[in-house]
Amino acid sequence: MQGFRYLENVTTLKLDVESCSGCGLCVEVCPHQVFAMQDGLAAVVDKDACMECGACAKNCDSGALSVDAGVGCAGGLIAEWWQDVTGRRKKAACCG
Amino acid sequence: MPGFERWLSTPGGKVAVIRSELALRDRLGGLLVRLDVGRERYAVPAGLYALGSPDAAAPVVVTANYKLTFDVVRRALAGRSLWLLVLETHGINVWCAAGKGTFGTDELVRRLQITRLDEIVSHRRLLLPIFGATGVCAPEVKRRTGFAPTFAAVRVTDLPHHLDHGGETTALMRAPTFTVLERLTLTPVELVGGFKAALPLFALVAIIGAFTGGSPVGGALYGVGALALAIIAGSFATPILLPWIPGRSFAFKGALLGAVVTAAYLATGDPTRHWHAIAAHLLLLVPVSSFAALGFTGCTPFTSPSGVKKEMRVALPLFLASVVLGAVAFGLGLGGA
Repeated sequence: MQGFRYLENVTTLKLDVESCSGCGLCVEVCPHQVFAMQDGLAAVVDKDACMECGACAKNCDSGALSVDAGVGCAGGLIAEWWQDVTGRRKKAACCG
Repeated sequence: MPGFERWLSTPGGKVAVIRSELALRDRLGGLLVRLDVGRERYAVPAGLYALGSPDAAAPVVVTANYKLTFDVVRRALAGRSLWLLVLETHGINVWCAAGKGTFGTDELVRRLQITRLDEIVSHRRLLLPIFGATGVCAPEVKRRTGFAPTFAAVRVTDLPHHLDHGGETTALMRAPTFTVLERLTLTPVELVGGFKAALPLFALVAIIGAFTGGSPVGGALYGVGALALAIIAGSFATPILLPWIPGRSFAFKGALLGAVVTAAYLATGDPTRHWHAIAAHLLLLVPVSSFAALGFTGCTPFTSPSGVKKEMRVALPLFLASVVLGAVAFGLGLGGA
């Protein structure tokens, strides 16, 4: 995504090339061109562009991809922490 | 039902044909929802819709039942004949609903069964937005229903290209944009939310301002103005100027802009103002701008939760320290006055 980069070395994205079947779905679903096909298998070519949306792992039928996907905003994270601490669900300001 | 035109008889039952043009009501509703009015219940019924006069070979486009999404989709596909499969996402857009799983594999499978789409179309292809892939596992949908989802484009406005060029998705069609206009349309909800959340703070600064300012009314207004500007700096100015503000951290960008705006505001006020008051304003208001800017990470198509967590781990203790120091500076000012 041109002109926009977020923090480096934070993503939890992991690719286990050994398990990759080479279906190419990760390339199709990733909105940030994190993956490319190399020698018929997926490769991570721009790891820091990952926004941890989880689309690749969701669509990886061979289980080669994993990422700790979740709510990406401060309000949502505070709501999650609130729930962890108090056990009560606090309505997040975003995303309904 | 919005945009209803007529009923279409199909082997799978009656399907509503909808118009692609938006009525004045749709436009007004869209405007209000952008301002956070009635955003909670802005939905259309889930199910199968028809645009134009689709036949058994017509493409099937899958989308969410957020009314704003529904309107954007039918308008972008004007003049075409196709099926629109609207999932029950409880009035939430594709991106957020996919993250929550309501725009997801189970709902898609269920909706395919309820609408009996397999009896209506002769092919087994579905066109989905790329941002829906967070919730929909294409291989699983294929296994369970025989329908094969294709993640065609990020924006529905690129779908006509995909349809007209044999299912081509170019690199540009896969990449989200985040233009000034796109950021601008997202800021009103942030601003309204920011002001609502800050109502107790507004009351507090008005009271403090009234007792410490030159005159009760002037002092209260001065404090309220300073807080309002700090929120605007974080929830409006930071998103608009996003790529041009130095740094990658949203908290930093917000703090920087908050400091500039607050300093400028103070400079237009009483020039004889004591340093205690200046320090207190900056220390108390910069965290407000910073936090408001951090909240905008939820609206962007490129920030990661791990990044936001890292920012919060660093920023929250700093906010606390800043507020405590601000209170001390304020107290010193009172003591010295």
